[in-house]
Amino acid sequence: MSQSPPLLQVSSLSKRYGRLVALGAVDLEVARGSIHALMGENGAGKSTLIKCLTGAVRRDAGEVRLAGRACDPASPRDAESLGISTVFQEINLIPHMSIAENITLGRESFRFGLIDRKGATQRAKVAIARLGLAIEVTREVGSCSIAVQQLVAIARALDVRARLLILDEPTSSLDRAETAQLFDILRRLKAEGLGVLFVTHFLDQVYEVSDQITVLRDGQHVTTRATNQFPRFELVSAMLGRALGPTSSPERTERACRESSQAAGVCSVAPLSNVSSSTPTQSPSPDNYRELLTVRAVSRPGSIERADLTIATGQAVGLAGLLGSGRTELAKVIFGMEPADAGSMFLDGATYAPRSPRDAIARGVALTPESRKTDGIVPNLSVRANIVLALQARRGVWRSLSARRREEIASELIEKLGIKAAGADVPISSLSGGNQQKALLARWLATEPRLFILDEPTRGVDVGAKQEIERLIASLIERGMGVLFISSELPEVVRTCSRVSVLRDRRTVAELSGDSLTEERVMEAIATHG
Amino acid sequence: MIRVARRHVPIFTTLTLVAVTYLAGAIAYTNFASVGVARNLLVDNAFLAVAAVGATFVILSGAIDLSVGSVMALTSILIASLIEKHAMHPMMAIAISLAIGGVFGLCQGLIIEVFRLPPFLVTLAGMFFARGAAFVVSPQSIGIKHPFVADVLNEMLTLALPLGERGVSIPVTVDIAIITIAAAAIVLRSSRFGRSVYAVGDDESSALLMGLNIRATRLGVFTLSGLCSALAGVVFTLYQQSGDPAACKGFELDAIAAVVIGGTLLRGGVGSVLGTGLGVLLLGLIQTIITFQGNLSSWWTRIVVGLLVLAFVALQAQLSKREE
Repeated sequence: MSQSPPLLQVSSLSKRYGRLVALGAVDLEVARGSIHALMGENGAGKSTLIKCLTGAVRRDAGEVRLAGRACDPASPRDAESLGISTVFQEINLIPHMSIAENITLGRESFRFGLIDRKGATQRAKVAIARLGLAIEVTREVGSCSIAVQQLVAIARALDVRARLLILDEPTSSLDRAETAQLFDILRRLKAEGLGVLFVTHFLDQVYEVSDQITVLRDGQHVTTRATNQFPRFELVSAMLGRALGPTSSPERTERACRESSQAAGVCSVAPLSNVSSSTPTQSPSPDNYRELLTVRAVSRPGSIERADLTIATGQAVGLAGLLGSGRTELAKVIFGMEPADAGSMFLDGATYAPRSPRDAIARGVALTPESRKTDGIVPNLSVRANIVLALQARRGVWRSLSARRREEIASELIEKLGIKAAGADVPISSLSGGNQQKALLARWLATEPRLFILDEPTRGVDVGAKQEIERLIASLIERGMGVLFISSELPEVVRTCSRVSVLRDRRTVAELSGDSLTEERVMEAIATHG
Repeated sequence: MIRVARRHVPIFTTLTLVAVTYLAGAIAYTNFASVGVARNLLVDNAFLAVAAVGATFVILSGAIDLSVGSVMALTSILIASLIEKHAMHPMMAIAISLAIGGVFGLCQGLIIEVFRLPPFLVTLAGMFFARGAAFVVSPQSIGIKHPFVADVLNEMLTLALPLGERGVSIPVTVDIAIITIAAAAIVLRSSRFGRSVYAVGDDESSALLMGLNIRATRLGVFTLSGLCSALAGVVFTLYQQSGDPAACKGFELDAIAAVVIGGTLLRGGVGSVLGTGLGVLLLGLIQTIITFQGNLSSWWTRIVVGLLVLAFVALQAQLSKREE
């Protein structure tokens, strides 16, 4: 055996959470002295893979070898002692302690039974110098920029003779110069023989710094290729999971119709008798075209740089782009969660500048958030209470709804949306993901909004529920509502929307509609070199 | 102009207030600046200082302990009862009481950690429990007449310093308070446990991911708090020469006030035990001034303390706002 084993070798690693398969037999190899990018959209399994490697969760099956030796860390600390150090996206440091203390905390050396503070300072200086930095190590971490904190976290990770450094989206809050500095450091570490596993969703950065790319999708290993032999377009398709081939709009429309009619009757908000003839993907005809929302050059530092968008009444507009491209951030601006700093918005021709979701709701805007569990449902309240929540909020505290009225509204919507629950009284947390999502939609439908923002409404729901949600959107626009639809699943976006706005690196880079709206064109727009 | 790091602003504010209050007293009242007044300031506040040291650890770690006053009363009546009713040697009685205080704190910590219950409620229960136990030991206060306490603890160990015209005697209780503060300062600054206390209070999830043992830190903090409460009870008993089951009601709140006025953030992670010492001094000085003033009811002390706590909370809020 002349060839030494690779630094990290993962074979058939699997992990399930209950019925959900988070990782199914994933393989990965990271060589010494290389930077390996791990890519994939939401739910691809990147975080689960990292958690398994760092010992934050235990794998169910499969093998991990570090430099040829079997490795099964029980905790992040255990992983560190084996040589696997991780820097998480949300930086984990103690803000009111100095840089030196943060680097040595928990691994201090002692003199006369007391912590050797001078030694710690010295050690921290060495660690910081190794990264080629010049920062005063006695500074308090909380007073440093995010970029410096990130580097301190890396210095801490390296302080224990790490062999593999895992970086989980390290650049998500860094600017260009800071990112460049980080990459210089990564190249330096690579030259020292360290292996780096780098999780990111910024395409440019992957091509700038990585040697190899592994793509995960839906918990499965899709491909691993050398970066310089992996064209952007193919990378994007691998991540989004679309076989390439022209998908023209007539076909698209037909499919949407077919699916609608297949299950018509399951879901019926509007009279659905004519849904299959009037397709959800058609643009409104010119004579009744009325602009509902216009977004012009909206920006907000750190979340969106320049976004434009137009939604007409009775139209579904899609927002496409990779994770971190600014989709959710734009939705938050429109819903008043993060007021814009520059640019302008108009709703129904009047200036629209919501300062809070309350303002937005008062103007008839509704939003179902991306993270249903944390931002959407109130888990212990009944399905009925969850449904009438927004309507009650809109009416104010003093004008309460009668119990009978609440009962009527809830039962009506439960029936119309086909929410499968044991009754309106059961806690919403007992419902399946798809039904929870429908209950959330019902909540906002009770307030009769004019613009409905749906952020990843189909994530984590089964195929049947996905179709029902798509049909529901079709019936919403039928009733003249405007819909802003955000989804990572391109086929879904292209099927549901008559126009798609593509975001890349927090900017609107393309608007596609009519014949030019195909999955391929959307992917091209996402992949184009900025 | 001396530049002060932002996190040191509160402690410098306390130091300045101590100096200004002392000077104001010295200018307004004759005899205020005497050695005797300074001595009494230390003697009268020694048990508050010891209790506040325990509270400093608890608050730095981001928790709270409401059982302090009750544990002090329990210790005090237990010592008196063991010496007077059960003819135990005072040193033995003190050792047993300290052990009980430590175990009591450890139990509170275990309940908090194992069942993941909020410290506020668990120590509230502990407060009632210890107070009840104190009355079970003896419903009436018991005077201590044991010769060892009078002769050895209160006479032999008293330090006679050649200060002022007639010299000044520093009782052992003051030494205990000063040693406690010094030891706590070293532990907080230069032991892994001490640094973990700060880390856990500042950002618990980071501390966990940085590989610190959070559970052990929490247990240590509550054990230490129980121990400090018991030691404060010992100091209180020596000071009063008696045990009283009704003593020190609500005293934990005085301790918390001293900690906050000493510049420790109530949400944890920032502060120092030296600041707490200054906070205790400031509270004592205010009491002394109001006594010297003569016309005001001594309850005015509480009003001033209330205003001070409010001012410090506002200062901390202002500082952390600027941080963002």
